Amino acid sequence: MISIVAKDLKKVYGNDVVALSDINFEVKPGEKVMLLGHNGSGKSTLFKCLTGFERPTEGKVFIGDTDITSLKKNEFRNVRKQVGLVFQNFNLINNISVFQNVLYGALGGNQGFRKTLNAFASDEMRYKAMECLDRVSLAEFANRRADQLSGGQKQRVAIARTIMQEPEIILADEPVASLDPKVGREVMDLLWDVADERGLAVICILHQMDIVKEYGERIIALKDGKIVKDDLIENIEDSFFKELYELDKADESEVK
Amino acid sequence: MSDNRLKQLMPARRKKPSLEIVIITFIFIALFVLGVMGAEITLARIFKGFDNIGNFLMRAFPPDFSKVNSVVKSVFETLQMAVVGTVFGVILSLPIALLGAKNTAPSKILANISRGIVIVSRTIPDLVFALIFVITVGLGSFAGILTIMIDTVGFCGRFFMERIEELDPGPIQALESTGASRFGVTAGAIMPMTFPSFVGTSLFALEKSIRGASVLGLVGAGGIGIELNTAMNLRRYDSALMIILVILIVVLIFEKVSRSLRERIM
Repeated sequence: MISIVAKDLKKVYGNDVVALSDINFEVKPGEKVMLLGHNGSGKSTLFKCLTGFERPTEGKVFIGDTDITSLKKNEFRNVRKQVGLVFQNFNLINNISVFQNVLYGALGGNQGFRKTLNAFASDEMRYKAMECLDRVSLAEFANRRADQLSGGQKQRVAIARTIMQEPEIILADEPVASLDPKVGREVMDLLWDVADERGLAVICILHQMDIVKEYGERIIALKDGKIVKDDLIENIEDSFFKELYELDKADESEVK
Repeated sequence: MSDNRLKQLMPARRKKPSLEIVIITFIFIALFVLGVMGAEITLARIFKGFDNIGNFLMRAFPPDFSKVNSVVKSVFETLQMAVVGTVFGVILSLPIALLGAKNTAPSKILANISRGIVIVSRTIPDLVFALIFVITVGLGSFAGILTIMIDTVGFCGRFFMERIEELDPGPIQALESTGASRFGVTAGAIMPMTFPSFVGTSLFALEKSIRGASVLGLVGAGGIGIELNTAMNLRRYDSALMIILVILIVVLIFEKVSRSLRERIM
C-alpha cells in the first residue's frame, strides 16, 4: 500500500487569488484523515490537486513514488486508478444497472472498455463485481437501475465501484452530506471498514462535527488556503471546532 | 439616502434603444414592406386565388386511386430514402457532436470545424443541397439520400451537441477518476446518459426526413415528389390529390409510431 504526500503545495488562480499555500502533509497507508474547513477554505482545490484534475502552481503531490505534478495529461490514467474517489452526489450513471455501474470501476484496468461491459466481461470480472456489491450488502439490487435506489444505497454502490477499482488511496468528498444521519453513519462504517480491510490511506472532507469526532483519527483543518491544524483528534480541544465554525458564522453575518 | 440621490438611481421608464436595434428594426420593416409590395398582394388576387383553389379542388375530387400501386412503390422509395439518409446522418452526427461539444471537444480547432459543419448543414435549405447533389451524383434517390443525410447532420448534430453540453459532469468525472481512457468515459458515461435523448431526437429527425423526402422529387432527387410534380404539370389534379393523401397517411402513421416510441424511451 502507498502514501499520499503534499509538499509545499501552492495554487494561485489568475494573478493574485491564492487558493492554497504552504500545504504539507503525508497520509500513510491505513491512516484516516478528516479534512475540515469552511466553504472557500481550499478543500476542493486541494482535492483537485491531489487527483490531478487541477495542476498546482507550485509544489509537488506524490501518489506513492510518483510525482503527479510532473505527469503529462495522458500519463494520469495509471495514477488515477490508484486513487478511488467517493463523491457527495454519488455520481452514478443513473439510467444503467447497478451491476454495470460497479463493472465500470474496472475501466482503468488493461482489459479495455469492451471487457467492462456486462455482455462481454469475463466470468471472473462479473463475479468480482458481484462480490463488491455483496460487500456493500446490495447483491440483490444488481439488476436494478441506479436511479431506482435511495441516496444511501447509491452511495454504497459508489463504494462498491470504488472497491472494484482496487485503489490504494481513497479520497471522499463529503460522502454523507446528502444523507440523513443514520444512513450517513452506515456509509461511514462501510467506508472505514473497507479502508481497514485493505489498509488504505483515506482523506475525507466532512462538515458534520459529530461524525468527525466519532470517526476521525487525524484532523487537517484548512483556513484561507492554509493548514491551521494537523493533529490527532484526541489532541484537539472542542474549542477548536467551535472556533472553526463560529468563525464561519461570523463570516456569514459579515456577508449578510 | 437623500431624495435627489434616490431619484438619480431610479431606473428610467424606458430604455433608449441602441443604434444596432434601431438599424435592425428598420431593415426588418423595410424588408417586410418591400416584400408585401413586391408580391403584389391585392384583394383581387386573393379572390382570384380562392377561385383557382376551388377550380383545383373540383378537378381533384374524387381523387384518382387507379394508379395507387405505382404511387405506393414511390412512397416506399421515399421512406427508404428517409431511413437511409437519417441513419447515415445520425451516425455522422455522433462524432461531430462529441468533437464539437464544449465539454468533450479534444481541441478548439476540431470543435470549430464540427460546429461549422453543423451550421452549414442547418442553414442551407435542403432543396438547395438536393439541386447540388442532383448535379453531382445525378437524378434519383441517391441525391435524395445525401440531401437528407446533410439535413439530419444539421438537425441532430446541433441537438446532440447541446445535450452533451448539458450533461451532469459528476458521472463523467467519476469514470475519469477510475483511470478510464477518453473512449471509456465517452462510451461508458456520455453515451448511456445521452442515449434516450439521442433516440428521441433521431426519431424526430426521421419524421422530418419523411416530410422532407416527399418534396425532394420536385427537383429530381427521387421519391414520391417526382410523381406529384408530374401529376401537377400534366394538370392531373385527381392523381395529385391521391398522392397528397397517400403522403399524409404515411406521415401521420409514422408520427404516431414515433411518438409512442419516444414516450417509452424518454
